[in-house]
This record gives sequence, structure tokens and C-alpha cells, in this order.
Amino acid sequence: MKSPKLSMLLAAAIALTAAGCGNDDSGSKAAETSPSAAGADAPVTISVGCQPPKSNPLERTAWDEDVAAFQKLHPNITIDSKDAFPCINPDTFQAKLAGGTMEDVFYVYYTDVKKIIAAGQAADISPYVGGVTKLGDLRPDVMSIFREGDKIYGLPRNNYSMGLVYNRKLFTQVGLDPAAPPKTWAEVREAAKKISGLGAGYVGFGEYSAGNTGGWHFAASLYGRGGEMVTPDGKTAAFNSPEGKAVLENLKTMRWTDDSMGTKQLLQWEDLMRMMGGGKLGMMIGAPDVVQTVNNDFKGKFEDYGVTALPEAKASLNGGDGYMINPKATPEKIKAAMLWLEFHELTPGQGQFNYARSKQQGRPVGLPIPDLYGDAAPGKEITELRKANATVPVENFTPFVEGSATIQNKLEPPKSQEIYAILDVPMSAVLTRQDADIDKLLADAEAKANKVLAKSS
Amino acid sequence: MTTMTVKGARRRGPGAFRRGLQRNLTAYGFLCAALICFAFFSWYPMVREVLLSFQQTNFVDDPTWVGLENFRTVTEDSAFADAWLNTLAFTGLALVFGYVIPFVAAIVLNELRHARAYLRFIVYLPVMLPPAVGVLLFKWFYDPGAGLFNQILELAHLPALSWLDSTDTALISLVIVSTWMNLGTGTLIYLAALQSIPSELYEAAELDGAGLFKRVWHVTIPQTRLILLVMLLLQIVATMQVFIEPYLLTGGGPENATLTVAYLMYQYAFNFGDFGAGGALGLMLMVVLMVFSAFYLRLSRDNQS
Repeated sequence: MKSPKLSMLLAAAIALTAAGCGNDDSGSKAAETSPSAAGADAPVTISVGCQPPKSNPLERTAWDEDVAAFQKLHPNITIDSKDAFPCINPDTFQAKLAGGTMEDVFYVYYTDVKKIIAAGQAADISPYVGGVTKLGDLRPDVMSIFREGDKIYGLPRNNYSMGLVYNRKLFTQVGLDPAAPPKTWAEVREAAKKISGLGAGYVGFGEYSAGNTGGWHFAASLYGRGGEMVTPDGKTAAFNSPEGKAVLENLKTMRWTDDSMGTKQLLQWEDLMRMMGGGKLGMMIGAPDVVQTVNNDFKGKFEDYGVTALPEAKASLNGGDGYMINPKATPEKIKAAMLWLEFHELTPGQGQFNYARSKQQGRPVGLPIPDLYGDAAPGKEITELRKANATVPVENFTPFVEGSATIQNKLEPPKSQEIYAILDVPMSAVLTRQDADIDKLLADAEAKANKVLAKSS
Repeated sequence: MTTMTVKGARRRGPGAFRRGLQRNLTAYGFLCAALICFAFFSWYPMVREVLLSFQQTNFVDDPTWVGLENFRTVTEDSAFADAWLNTLAFTGLALVFGYVIPFVAAIVLNELRHARAYLRFIVYLPVMLPPAVGVLLFKWFYDPGAGLFNQILELAHLPALSWLDSTDTALISLVIVSTWMNLGTGTLIYLAALQSIPSELYEAAELDGAGLFKRVWHVTIPQTRLILLVMLLLQIVATMQVFIEPYLLTGGGPENATLTVAYLMYQYAFNFGDFGAGGALGLMLMVVLMVFSAFYLRLSRDNQS
């Protein structure tokens, strides 16, 4: 018998977190740092999320060094680092917020930013962000993720656009030139067929189709083909289009006609990472951070992978992460948070961009991410520093850097998680059912998405 | 009689009450601990869930009352019907397999003369695995390529199945996992019930010329009727909350074929950040389960009396 009753568990989670509300330290510390009670240099402590975990000692050491240097620079500010791996678990976000255990400076994925803003779960930092010296240099498309109207609710830490991650070793094995990766979907199909022809277990092209990840990659492919997820006013779904149909038809052909996508479907994030790390997956849609993850956590090797721009790409889905501020944080905490974020996340040669230290530590340097500034001066400076300290074969990412330069980056649609969940259905259908009716699947998904969008507008 | 006892107790006065209290202090202590645990971890959360299902909250500002809006959101969702149908189908299939198989296994174990303890251990072994481990083990068994099940089918010259990847087989694949994981507990409970049946009844049946099936039909089933009913209700209550299997194996797919009520509830609350809608769906499920729980309590009372 199953003893845990989910309804009770959900309720228990809510209750526990609600019970924790009474223990709201941000409230109790407010008096300590409130403008009336404290001067400009009054002591202030901010808790900051995403300190690297102990299992990653090199990155943790670098973080701790940065904290010490920052505190020396600003003696009145204490950084209370909170480690977590992964940095955020969206499943526990609401519970942490309700329980008063959310960090003052909390980490977010782009996917969740709009939802958090709409729910009023992040502080408006517009009055405080003006002091961030490089704010004007940040890519407008990146900053638009954290903007709502004329207000700003966060700052970015990482930014990338989607491309095509491929296994260079497998390309070589089947006689393809790893320095000339596919530029069209027809070339992707050919390469995938060759790779899957290597034998049992080899998969030419892998794609997600469950746990909302299928919808996410549908959006990435759709943008690549020039399609739109929603109409410009955000009130109606726009993916039931020739481009949307082309995305599904291409997958259906690769799965059933070419037989180049393997038999196991309903894949989610970790599945493809494991397959890529295992060395038997040829290609997948992804950003350069996939190579980093596969190298760090899934036993892959940097030199075996390359990244290129999305085939035939007209636009690309933005991905990345950043920091937002707890809505209960005091103005002093927000000011301190701005100083820390500028110091650690946004300054070339410092914090996350201290590539000389990374090289010294033996950490990978050379991936073309984060791309926070584009062609602005800090962006060029970061690129130079990255090149000067590179420890991974940067030429493996050249096709991505060159191919992405002219591609427009696009944001995720409103109500992204709900729409992704809806689009998991057509994605899983074309990959698991040979007779899947694409027109009907898209029409059904469109009707469902319209309902969701109508409710939110 | 009751009145006399009460009157008697009153006559004994506060001193007797205090002595009684002191005598049973340890028992009351244990009772308090249990009551506090239930209050914090069961009753209060249930009350909160009921409240939440009528509210919208961002966990920052005060919640706002929205009446039946969350219920409307949930019932107007096209996934709502899918989730309930799948849950009912899962429960039905889980009863066919998960209810019958442990009972048969218990009868077989009860009939065995040798290696009974060893086999009982083998049957109970899956229960000792953490549920997530057990479920993920099946992820490998179900792999359409190198998975154990398709290897077996291949050896038997049978066509390979898509298992989790087909709308036809995904749900039944989850039922198989659930049955395997829960087989041990059910079997042991049935076995205990079987062993409490007086052996004279079987001897008498044998003398009357009853074979194994007749003995099961005329002795075993009537003698274990109550426990069978209780287990039936408990199983319905447990399987209607199926979550871990679709969460870990299919993500609700393919094409929502394994989307269950509990999984949809999780999606509302944790993926979409809508705890109100999650709470509303949870309340609906709780009401349905309360009906079965009421039957269970009634049966338990009948059993005691």
C-alpha cells in the first residue's frame, strides 16, 4: 500500500511553510536596517543564494574569496551565502517564500521570471538599480526579461541562445567533419541517420517530450524557423502555423522514416544529458552550457563536444538565469544586493568573470557564455579575457558564436510553463505514435493554450 | 450501567481523578505526542488546504478570497477530465492486478510446506526498496531498446513493446510497477489472515472431498471476507493518489495518457505556482477519498464489534 497521501503532503508542505511565516527574519531585521534607524553605512546582512556546493570545491573557494574581497570593500555589508545544488528548485520556490526562508537575493531561471513578477513575488529594484554602472551596457533583450513596464525586478547572471550541441567524436566516426556541423535541417537528418546507423544504442538526434521540456524545445525550434508562440499582444496562441507544423513534421520524419531518434522517448532534461555524456547521442538542441553540464556532471569531456547555431535559424530562444530580490527585503538590503551583484556577476575580470583565477584553479574557461553585454564594451572585454585564459578548445564553439551573431534572441511566451505542458502532448505524440495527426494535435494545443492565455489577460 | 459508572466516578471525587491521572500519565504523554503530530502534520494542513482552495495567494501579501474561482479554473482545464479518467483507469487496473495477485500469492505461500519463510522474504523484498529506487529500476526494465522486458520478449520470439512510450501500454506499465512495489505488504497481510483460519475447517473440507479451489472458495474467502473488504478500500484510497510512478517514469505522457489527479495537482502547485488551483483539486480528491475512508471506518467498527 502507498502510505504517503499526496493531497496530505501538499497540504502539509503548505502548512509547514505557512507555519514558518511567523519566523520571518527579514521582518525582524528590518528594524535593524531601516532607513530611520540606520545611516548609509549601517551594518546590513544579505542572504544570497547559489553559493556553489561543497561538492564543487573549486567554485566554492572562488565564491568565498569573492565574498571576503567584497566585504573588505564594503565593511558594513555581510554576505550570508546559501549553498544549494541545483541553485533553485522551482518545486520549492513557493514554499521557501511562504516559509520566510527565501534568500534576500534569490536565484531564478529566465523561465520563471515573468511568473514571479506577475505574482508580486519579487521586489521592484528600479529605484536602486541606477547605481549599477554597467546597467546601460547590458543587452536590451536580456534586461527586458527582468522588466515589466518601466520597472526592473532583477539582474542577469547568465545568458545564452539556443543552438545545436553535437558530439564531435561521433561526427568523425561516421566520416563527417566536426568543424563543419549541419547548417540545415536536411543536413541534421543526414548526420542523424549516419550516427544512428552506428549500431544499437546510438541515437542520431535526441529530443525532449515530457515534464514540460517538450514544449520548451518546441518553442526553441519554432523560433528557429521564424515562428511565434503567441500573437504580439500575448493574448492568443500563434504556434499553429506552417512553422509549428514543420517542427513536428521534421521530428516525425526523423523518428519514424529515418529511425534516427532512438526508440526510447518521453525524455526529460536529465535523460538527454546522460545520453550525451554517455557518448552515444549525436545531436540535440541546446546551448553551450549543456557541454559544461555534460562535462561536469555526466562524465563527458569538453573536447568531445561542439556547439553550432540552430539550423536555418531566424531567431533563437533566450535562456539563462539571474537574481531577483525578496519582496520583503528592506531598502538597505536591496542597495547592498545591487553592490554585490555588480561586483560578482556584472564586472569583467571580477567574480564570475575572473577567468585568470578560473584558469589557475584548473576550471574550464572558453565557453561563449554568459553573453550579457553583446557587442558593448564590457562584452568585448569579457570576450578578450575569456580568450586570453581559455582552457577548453574554443574552436569547438566557433560555429555557434559566428552563427548566432546575426540571430535575433526571443523571449519565452507568457504563461510559459502552462503552454509548455500543453505542447508536451503534440511533441510526445509525434515521437511515440506513427499515425499522429499533426494538424489535429496543433489545433487542440492551440485551443487549450488560448484558454490559458485568455484567463491570464 | 454507564450512568452508574459515571455516578461512581463522581462519588470518588477529585482525589481519585488525580490518582487516575497520575497512574496514566505516561499514556497521556504518548497520546499528547501523537495528537500534536496529527494536529501539525495532518489536521492543520487539511484545514489550510481547504482554505487555500478558496483563496489566491502569492505567499507575500495577504491571500484574497476568490470563492469558487479555483474550482472553475480546475474544472475548465481540458486536462481535468484526462486526469480523472486516467486515475480511475489506474485504480481499476491496480485492483485487477494489485488486489488479486497478493491474495493468490498469499494462498500459494500458505499452502507451501517448504521454503515458506524464504519465499515470504523474497515477496516482501521490493517493499524494502525506497519507492523512487523501485520505480527508476523499472525505467530501465521498460527501455524499448536494451530493457529487460523487451529482451525477454525477444527471447520468446515475441514483438517488442513500447511500454511507457505508447498511449496503449503506458498506464498498464505504471500499474505493473505499482503492483510489484506493493505486492509484499498485501501478501503478508493476507497471509496473516489466512493463518488465523482454524485448520479444522480445511480438514473438514478435505474430508468432504474438497479440492484446492473449493477449499479457497468455501473456506478461505468467507473466512477472510472482512480483511479482503478492508484491503479493497485501502487499495482504492492508496491507488487513487498515484503520483510517484507518472512523476518519475512518464511526466504524465505520452499525450497525457498517464496524467493523474495527483500529478495534475503537483503541476498546478509547483510548476504553475497556482496553489489555489492545486488546493482545489486536492480538496476534490480528498472528498472522493473520504467516501471510501468512511466505508473503511465503518468496516473497521463492524470488525471490532
